[in-house]
Amino acid sequence: MAYESVKVEKPLSLILLPILSVFTFFSAWELIVDTGIVPSTMLAAPSAVIKLFLIKLTDPNPDGAILAAHAWTSGKEAFIGYLLSLAFGLPLGLLMGWFTVVRGLARPIFELIRPIPPIAWIPLTIFWFGIGIEGKVFIIWLGGVVPCVINAFVGVRMTNPTLIQMARTYGASDWQIFVQLCIPSALPMVFGALQIALVCCWVNLVGAELLAADQGLGYLISMGRRLALPDMVVLGMVCVGFVGAVIGYAIERLECRLLAGIRR
Amino acid sequence: MKSADYASSQYICLERDNMNTPKIVCQNISKIFIQKGTQRVHVLQDISLEVRDNEFLVILGPGQCGKSTLLRIIAGLETPSEGTVLLDGQTVTKPGPDRGLVFQSYMLFAWRTVMGNVEMGPKLNGVPKAERRKIAQHYINLVGLQKFENHYPHQLSGGMKQRVGIARAYANGPQVMLLDEPFGQLDAQTRIFMEQETERIWQTEKRTVLFVTNNIDEAIFLADRIVSLEGKLPGRMASVYDIDLPRPREHTDMKFLHLRQMITDASTLTL
Ligand SMILES: Nc1ncnc2c1ncn2[C@@H]1O[C@H](COP(=O)(O)OP(=O)(O)O)[C@@H](O)[C@H]1O
Ligand SMILES: [Mg+2]
Repeated sequence: MAYESVKVEKPLSLILLPILSVFTFFSAWELIVDTGIVPSTMLAAPSAVIKLFLIKLTDPNPDGAILAAHAWTSGKEAFIGYLLSLAFGLPLGLLMGWFTVVRGLARPIFELIRPIPPIAWIPLTIFWFGIGIEGKVFIIWLGGVVPCVINAFVGVRMTNPTLIQMARTYGASDWQIFVQLCIPSALPMVFGALQIALVCCWVNLVGAELLAADQGLGYLISMGRRLALPDMVVLGMVCVGFVGAVIGYAIERLECRLLAGIRR
Repeated sequence: MKSADYASSQYICLERDNMNTPKIVCQNISKIFIQKGTQRVHVLQDISLEVRDNEFLVILGPGQCGKSTLLRIIAGLETPSEGTVLLDGQTVTKPGPDRGLVFQSYMLFAWRTVMGNVEMGPKLNGVPKAERRKIAQHYINLVGLQKFENHYPHQLSGGMKQRVGIARAYANGPQVMLLDEPFGQLDAQTRIFMEQETERIWQTEKRTVLFVTNNIDEAIFLADRIVSLEGKLPGRMASVYDIDLPRPREHTDMKFLHLRQMITDASTLTL
């Protein structure tokens, strides 16, 4: 064995300090609500949120669905929108990176639509689709497409030009260079897009649900506002954050495994 | 066999007076690059040379004197500003499978195995899998990489990577091999070993070779003929040396050292 595995100790401060900071944060939060510095009509204490969380696990009142149903609805919408944005944005970005014709045609329109925040499309989607799932999927799709296109595009543009020339000396056609060289070169950027697009999708989902929904985590938050229940608002926020973090982590693990297979 | 037929047909139709029809002819090649839109850089001036069939020709010159540019023009990756390149009497306008290029910086596909890299040429040209595997395996064995077929480039040393580059160029069936400082990134020991390997490979499978280097020893060790370029822009031909030492050569041979001294003296004059 040329290489011995050595156990590297994590410094104790890196284990203790995060625990300390989280503990302090929640204690302070609990305290300022309990002591009435911030009235409980404006902010819910962590203990109240946990209590509501346990209730909402089984009780559909007052907003009409249990917590899992809200999470399921949101997850479903986000996932469909996300997949559609990958299916559309990645090929478009890759093609734009290599084929001048596609770049020339698609770029101006893309640059026009890109600066419009997806949330701004909500009124139109309500005209078109009502408050059903289609409108929200459309908003989420819009949010996810942009990073997909940009990353895939940049990834292809970063292909080593000498490798392209090398392929040409072997008689590779444009299409062969695109498929066998540009796409593999762009893969790390494409995986970056998977992460970024997911975050964009999730963020836009909550925005869309705040305005047009009858179920979902965003809807839970907006119901909390309408019913003047700060604990429900905070519960919705916490769930959005938690589910988002879990999905992000899952994608990162997947990326590690797939890229390890490619880079080796 | 095939190239012999070809040479004889050339012999008849071009009415050459000997069998040594030049494989490559460079006629008065000049190259001017436009840099940053406005700046003209005169890189090559009036290069004329002929490379005979199966000759090992070394182009020798210090860095930045236009060696790579000359090779890339012959490869068809750049067009000369003036002059023409003829390959078997045909003007070169674009890259083609008749010329195999080996790059200084390896240029392997990191996501493909040794086999995947070497079989690239035949694969791109639609050769069926079994056949291209056979071709690739032949050249992998020739460069001494058997048992490494399934390794990825990052698992190989620099010398081995360049062996892959050479096998890949060979596997595409070129008549001419163009090597651009192929061992420039290797340490001195590996470099000398790779020079011996190059000699062995070339003796086993003769091709017309154009080999670019900045290393005088390497040039004398390998060349049938050395064309040296002047050490400043624009690159011009300085001198041509016929190296008729018996092969394989010895770096410590008296004649070798004598030639080395002569070329060194001559090139310091032009620097
Ligand atoms: N594509 C290019 N565009 C502009 N200038 C170039 C280009 N390729 C090479 N040059 C210039 O030509 C000169 C010679 O380069 P090169 O042929 O690579 O020399 P060498 O291989 O002998 O080191 C350099 O100064 C470089 O700046
Ligand atoms: Mg060079």
